[in-house]
Amino acid sequence: MRYAPHTEEDVRRALDAIGVASVGELFADVPAELLDPELDLPEAMDEVTLMDHLQELASRDDARSPSFLGGGVRRHFLPAVTRHLAMQSEFVTAYTPYQPEVSQGVLQATFEYQTIMSELTGLPVSNASMYDGASAVAEAALLAIRATRRDKIFVSRGVHPESRDVLETYLHALDAEIHVVDLDDLATPVPSELGDAAALIVQNPNHLGRLETMDALADAAHDAGALFVSVVDPLSLAILRTPGEVGADIAVGEGQPLGVPLQYGGPHFGFMVVSEALVRQLPGRLVGETRDVDGRRGFVLTLQAREQHIRRGKAKSNICSNHQLAALMATVNVAALGPHGLREMAEGTVRNAHALADRLEREGYAVVRSGPFFAEFPLRISRDARALRRDLQREGVRAGLPIPAEYGLGDAVLITATELTRPSDVDALVAALSAVGERAGEVAHG
Amino acid sequence: MDIPETLRYARSHEWVSSPEDGVVTVGISAFAQDQLGDVVFVELPSVGDEVAAGDAVAVVESVKTASDIYAPLKGTVVAVNEALQNAPERINESPYEGGWLFRLQADDPAAREDLLDADAYRSVCEEEA
Repeated sequence: MRYAPHTEEDVRRALDAIGVASVGELFADVPAELLDPELDLPEAMDEVTLMDHLQELASRDDARSPSFLGGGVRRHFLPAVTRHLAMQSEFVTAYTPYQPEVSQGVLQATFEYQTIMSELTGLPVSNASMYDGASAVAEAALLAIRATRRDKIFVSRGVHPESRDVLETYLHALDAEIHVVDLDDLATPVPSELGDAAALIVQNPNHLGRLETMDALADAAHDAGALFVSVVDPLSLAILRTPGEVGADIAVGEGQPLGVPLQYGGPHFGFMVVSEALVRQLPGRLVGETRDVDGRRGFVLTLQAREQHIRRGKAKSNICSNHQLAALMATVNVAALGPHGLREMAEGTVRNAHALADRLEREGYAVVRSGPFFAEFPLRISRDARALRRDLQREGVRAGLPIPAEYGLGDAVLITATELTRPSDVDALVAALSAVGERAGEVAHG
Repeated sequence: MDIPETLRYARSHEWVSSPEDGVVTVGISAFAQDQLGDVVFVELPSVGDEVAAGDAVAVVESVKTASDIYAPLKGTVVAVNEALQNAPERINESPYEGGWLFRLQADDPAAREDLLDADAYRSVCEEEA
C-alpha cells in the first residue's frame, strides 16, 4: 500500500496552487551537500557477519561502568518488571494510537500516566505526554502567550541551555520576546521587573543542580500578572514540594528519570501538567474516563477541539502525538515502585550526590556550592571540559558534562550521582581524575 | 425556525441587536446552535478588544466541533457574557436572550443595516439546512 497516494496530477495541482515549479524547489533552503550527501558506508554484510559485528559493537558498551553524567537524563534503577510489562507486544508501538478508542488498553495506560503525573506535580490536568523536556518548555511558553495574551517570556538562565535553544526556535516566528534572567537576579525576585510578562519559567533544580526558592518566584510572577512555569525533575518531586504546592500554573519537564533507559539520549518523553483554568489551552492529547452505553468503565480522547484534526490551523499546538511507549514505561515503573520506592530512589540520589561532593572536596577538588542541591553540582577543573571528559572516558569513567561559559564558572563540569552510584564508582572517579593529571587543589576558589 | 424580526444577521450566523447608544449585542442564531449541538465551552473575547468586521473573536465549542464566531461590525468589546463560562448550555436554551456572547461599541452603528434582515437570513438557513 502506498503511504501517500498522490498521483502526478495531484502533485502538479498542489504545486500550481502554491506557485512552485517542482517538488525539489521546496527544499531549496537546504544546503545541497546535506540534501544528497555522499554516504561513506561499508560493504554490505550477510546476516551472520552482521550479527557478529553488531554483537561486537554492543559488547563495547558497559551499561554499569561508572557514570556521573546528568543534566536532565540519568541512570536510575529500572526493575525487571518494568521492561517486561512495557515490552508486551500489545504496547510496543512508539506511536500514539489513531482510531484511539479501539485501543482501550493504551488509553487506560495513558489515563494512569496522567493520574501519576498529576499526583507527582500536585496539579490537576496532565496531557498524554510530549516528545521531550525541551519541547515541553517551549509549549509551556506558547500556552502562556495564548492564555495571557502577552508576548514576553522571562526564562531563568537556570533552565537547561538546550531547552532555551528549543524555546527560541519555537518562538522565532512569533512576535514574542525572550528575556533571560540571571541566577543572581532570581534569588531576589522583583515583580515589577517582570513587567508585562506572559510567563516566568524557572527550572528546579536548576541546570547547575541547585534548588530555587520556587514559592517566592511563583508569587513574583503572579504579582506581575504572569503565569509561573515550573520546569521540574520528576523524581525530585518524591521529596520536594510539588509545583502545585508552590503555586505553579504549569509544570513541565523531562520524564526520563521516572523509568526510561538512557537510550543514547532518546527517545524519552516530556510531560506537561496544568491548572484547571488552563485546561482548554493544553496542547496535545488528553485521555478521559467515561462510561459506555452499558455503564462499563471506558476511556476516550477528550477535549479534542483543542487539536489539529478539529481546529486545523487554529489548534492550540501542532503536537498531535506523543512518545507513547516511553511514557508507558515510566507509568509501569512508577506503578511498580510506588510512592515508597520513588522516595527511596530520590533519597538515595540526594545522599549519594552529597557524599560524592563531600568526598571530592576532601580530596581537594573545587566543588562549587551555591545552595542546596538534589542530584548534581558543578566542579571546577583546570582544563577544557571536553578534554577532561575524553580523558576520563579513556580511564573507563563517564563524567564531565561541560558547563557553558554563560554561567561564569570558567572551566567546569556538572557531576551527577543517583541512587545507583556505588562507593566503588566514586573511588573510580577519584582515581581517574588523578590518573589523567587533574590534580586536587589546582583550581582557585572564587 | 425562530428568527426574530428585530435582529440583523451575518451569513456566518451571528445575530446583532438594535444599537443603544451605539452598543450592539451579539450572539448566535437558533439555527446555528441547533447545527452545533450541545455547546460545552465558549471562549470569549476580552473587554477592551478592538475588533474589525469579520475578525474571529470568540469560539463556541460543542460536542461535535469548535466554531469561530466573527465580529459582525467594527468596534470595541464593552461586555462579555461571563455566565457562559459556567453555563455554556444557555446558548442552546436561549440563543437570543441568556445566550448572548458579547457587546460591541460599534464604530459605525449604521453599518448594521448592511447585514441580513430576518427574511434574507431565513433564506440562508434554508439553503444550508
